[in-house]
Amino acid sequence: MVETGCFCTFSTCQGATPVRVYCAVYARGLRRYSTYRAATAAGVFTNSVFGAINAMVLLALFAARPEINGYDATDAVTQVYVAQALLAPIAVMGPALDLSDRIRTGAVGNDLLRPVPLMGWWLAQDMGRATFDFAFRSVPTFAIGALLFSLVLPGDPLRWVLTLVSFALAVVVGFAFRYLYSVVGFWLMDTRAVWAVMGPAGPVLAGMLLPLTLFPAGVADVLRLLPWASMVQIPAEILLGKDTLPGGSVFGGLLLQAAWPAALLALGAWATGRATRKVVIQGG
Amino acid sequence: MADGNTPPGGPARAAAAVLRPVRDYRRLAWIWVRAVAQYPVSLALMSLAVAVSVLAQVGAVVIVFGHAGTLAGFTVYEGLMVFGLAASAFGIADMFMGAVERLGRHIRSGSLDAMLVRPVSPLVQVAADEFSPRRLGKVVPALAVLGIALAGTDVEWTLGRALLLPLMMLSGVLICCAIWVATGCLQFFVADAREAANSLTYGGQALTEYPIAIYGREIVRSVTYVVPLAFVSWQPALLVLDRPDPLGMPEALRFAGPVIAVLACAGAALLWRFGLRHYRSTGS
Repeated sequence: MVETGCFCTFSTCQGATPVRVYCAVYARGLRRYSTYRAATAAGVFTNSVFGAINAMVLLALFAARPEINGYDATDAVTQVYVAQALLAPIAVMGPALDLSDRIRTGAVGNDLLRPVPLMGWWLAQDMGRATFDFAFRSVPTFAIGALLFSLVLPGDPLRWVLTLVSFALAVVVGFAFRYLYSVVGFWLMDTRAVWAVMGPAGPVLAGMLLPLTLFPAGVADVLRLLPWASMVQIPAEILLGKDTLPGGSVFGGLLLQAAWPAALLALGAWATGRATRKVVIQGG
Repeated sequence: MADGNTPPGGPARAAAAVLRPVRDYRRLAWIWVRAVAQYPVSLALMSLAVAVSVLAQVGAVVIVFGHAGTLAGFTVYEGLMVFGLAASAFGIADMFMGAVERLGRHIRSGSLDAMLVRPVSPLVQVAADEFSPRRLGKVVPALAVLGIALAGTDVEWTLGRALLLPLMMLSGVLICCAIWVATGCLQFFVADAREAANSLTYGGQALTEYPIAIYGREIVRSVTYVVPLAFVSWQPALLVLDRPDPLGMPEALRFAGPVIAVLACAGAALLWRFGLRHYRSTGS
């Protein structure tokens, strides 16, 4: 069971069993979320409204000071809509993985019997959800932003490809956090407190409440290196092509963005191993 | 329900009809407070987390004003006063009425049906559900910020102003409660619409945390005459600072808060009745 990384390369789908399982789980995750149409439309509406409010505040700010730490008004508004577009796929403000409830109720016992590792199963399912959210929440939200305000839309196709890679890595970071919060439930039973404590911090540290660029320079440099920044700030700077990225280039940013999920997922795998050795399933 | 068919009687009876929902609410809320108090550490941590998130928002306001100097003629302390008014009003309303946003969940799970057969107003039951004192974590820092801001601005305190400010704050709370109930009613018709409601509730808070003149004339008009958000923080701030309206709107508006609050609550109550009358159980 080492195929965790490549759960949807269709050419290999026929052979190795775990890959087929991952493909199936991914597809089910995608389909499951496609049934909540009213909720999806409501989400796009809400993201657009919040984006507009944040954007107008920043436009008022940049009307007073045309340039702050290398950002102009268009850059800032673009980041606002990157944040709102990514809000659903990275799920930084929730919802928690269903795994949390399954650990609390004991249904996780079934999950542990599955033919693939626990983390891989939930990663595949969550990537399905994120793919749906990207197509039907991120794209419309960003498009509405581009209609309402002038956004930075690079002409270089390579930049868009790199941005998409960056968005995908942001989604994996978001999953890694939520997986860790869920796995804590093996020890705490109820992870709502974890969300209550960590939930509000996410949007601030990610650069969603306010672009990290506006923070005092030293603070911003530290926050950029933390894993939360890889969910919004770094993807936004990659789209904008800023030299404030770690290492001063897009590739430095992507490298950081790839390092965090690797570290967080390794931690998740380790925690899962510890938990499953000590776990006593409750329920009866 | 029960309060609808109170027999006509003397003023004592009329008072009882008004006070009964308040008493019911207090009793139900107290049950939840006692339940939550069983886990004091959890309660303290979650309150602290909420307080920290409010402080993060305060930090954002300070950063924005720090870069801009003034916004719409408001200095940082005056801006913090607007923030404190908005955050405390929405925080108090969230504490008492915020649970209404979970109406869709009650409809889906059928627990609303159980509420309908009890001799307590269903609105009281829905609103008091899972009442949590941890929301004080939002209200207390907001009021503290308001206090600090009022101390930092040179307001010419007259008796009238000192008496009008609490009245306007109460009106703001009632307007926020009305918005919470009115948007919650949407879920009678579209059970998945919770997120759309958030664009007016939490979105309303985000909008009113800054002097709304920065959003331009059209938006200020619509949040004055359509959704009365302007009476939560903007008009009270103009009243306390005794400042002419930068957009030249009538000065009488700053005294209109209480009237608007009563109208908003009446409107929300009518909407709730209308929604409840059209409610059909999911039947599952």
